[in-house]
Amino acid sequence: MAQAISARGKLAARFARHSTGIIASVLFVAPIVWTALSAFKPAAEARLPPLPPWPTTGFSLENYATLNSFGDGLWASAQNSIYVSVMTVILSVIVSVLAGYGFSRFRFPFKDLFFVLILSTIMIPFQSILTPIFLVLTKLGLHNTLTGLVGVYVTLQLPFSIFMMRNAFDAVPREIEEAARMDGAGNATMLVKVMLPLVWPGVVTIALFAFLGAWNEFLAALVLMTDQSKFTLPVMMTALQSGRFGAIDWGAVQAGVTVMMVPCLILFLALQRFYIRGLMAGAVK
Amino acid sequence: MTTITATTTAPPRARKLVGAGRRQWIGLIYVAPAVALVMVFFVIPLGMTAWMSLHNWPLMGEHSFIGLDNYVAILRDTRFWNALKFTGYYTVIVTIAIFAIAFPLAIFIEKPRPFTNLYRTFFFMPAVVGFASASLLWSWLLNVDSGLFSPAAYDLGLIDKKFNLLATFQPAFWSIIAMVVWKVAGFTMIILMTGLQSIPQDLQEAAVIDGAGPFARFRAITLPLMRRTLALALILSVAGSILAFDQFYIILRGGPRNQTLTAVYWIFNQSFVSFKLGYGAALSMVLLVILVALSLIQLWLLRKPEGLD
Repeated sequence: MAQAISARGKLAARFARHSTGIIASVLFVAPIVWTALSAFKPAAEARLPPLPPWPTTGFSLENYATLNSFGDGLWASAQNSIYVSVMTVILSVIVSVLAGYGFSRFRFPFKDLFFVLILSTIMIPFQSILTPIFLVLTKLGLHNTLTGLVGVYVTLQLPFSIFMMRNAFDAVPREIEEAARMDGAGNATMLVKVMLPLVWPGVVTIALFAFLGAWNEFLAALVLMTDQSKFTLPVMMTALQSGRFGAIDWGAVQAGVTVMMVPCLILFLALQRFYIRGLMAGAVK
Repeated sequence: MTTITATTTAPPRARKLVGAGRRQWIGLIYVAPAVALVMVFFVIPLGMTAWMSLHNWPLMGEHSFIGLDNYVAILRDTRFWNALKFTGYYTVIVTIAIFAIAFPLAIFIEKPRPFTNLYRTFFFMPAVVGFASASLLWSWLLNVDSGLFSPAAYDLGLIDKKFNLLATFQPAFWSIIAMVVWKVAGFTMIILMTGLQSIPQDLQEAAVIDGAGPFARFRAITLPLMRRTLALALILSVAGSILAFDQFYIILRGGPRNQTLTAVYWIFNQSFVSFKLGYGAALSMVLLVILVALSLIQLWLLRKPEGLD
């Protein structure tokens, strides 16, 4: 009898637990799914409230097509966003791997000063130094160029990614390097052939954070990119949503938001453990 | 991955560095690109901000040195102080709201049980979407004619006529809070979860044997042992909220009636709409001092308890 009651209690607890989990999951995921589904409505239907969220008058890619007709088009902004994000990933990985290796394995003048300097930039909000960054880019002839934006984004990633890579290199036993050196490996060979495979998880983590950071950044892109042909997706979509291209086309907004969200979600779902790892590394230290 | 986790626990070896003597200088070459970037895009701009704040600096034409006049002007700039006050109000409310949702979620997903990983993934999904995307998405959901909330409430008969959530301060403000909680709660949840998982299980069990109820255990064990994690989650939330811009710019444009202008928004307006670069720099210095003070508090809160580790 007692056993039957406790079994029923367990079942009830499990039921309560999973209904809470499912309701909460729906609340978190619904806005994303709602937008992605609504984007497939024909333009006339997309103007109406999204009830129900899925297309009722036929599946259509009209909203994506319209989006491509505003200003320089969706595709132009998407290309800018892809270029900026990919370059940010490549450069921040190269710079942080080199710096992480340098800080982990060598002793040189001003080493501690440089390390503290790089890490302490995390305390300074970049929002407060945007005006001078604008002037510096102008001086360098990089004003209103995607390259300039990449430079800013890479710098924003450095404190986290160099910290991450230095720790990753610190965790590699020195015996491995000594053995490779016996075999005649030089510094460059050592780094690329021997060390890089060992710190690979760290590299994936910093690449993921660099991509998400660059892809989603808004304020710096808004301030630094004044020419419409250089707009990244967030800036272009905000211009559209503010009515800069005439009456607001909510169908196009849904399509644009979907394009902005999907790469982040795919990368996160595919590389989830690297993302959580990065967060934990930040949280534990 | 396994090699790394295995080796981190190995005792630290004496710092015997690769190569000797002049070979060590090569390290400088490795770190040079990073240091150069930080110089060009951080140290120099930081110095320039301080320097520009002492000038009248229009976008075009000559700038002139005016000493502390910009700072004196800030003292009389009631709209800046209002923006700062609003930012503080927003920070307090949103941080409480985020914790109120994220803490129960963290407890919910802390222990490995069936489907927990799946729930965790769902809760976290909005966190990887950018603030700009989330704001654009919600600006649509909140729209009075084409959005979701107001028309849905109308169709369900909850309201007599469609209600514009973004037209007056209170509903607009709480809509932003709801959007930010939706976007950020999963992130805070993961941070809090790492703290919960670091609490030794036997401590909880011992307390159960001693007859402590769940609330007593939470107060006497969970909270004190999570001090550093709580401090970290708190600081991340506070610093992020003080710098809030995207959602207020995209959804509300600072309205209704400029009541939701945040500090960063006001600096943006002064610098890049009115092109008063010197004055914007002085405002930035004020913001910078606030954030650095906050970082110092953070370092103090996150200090390792004495005698431990």
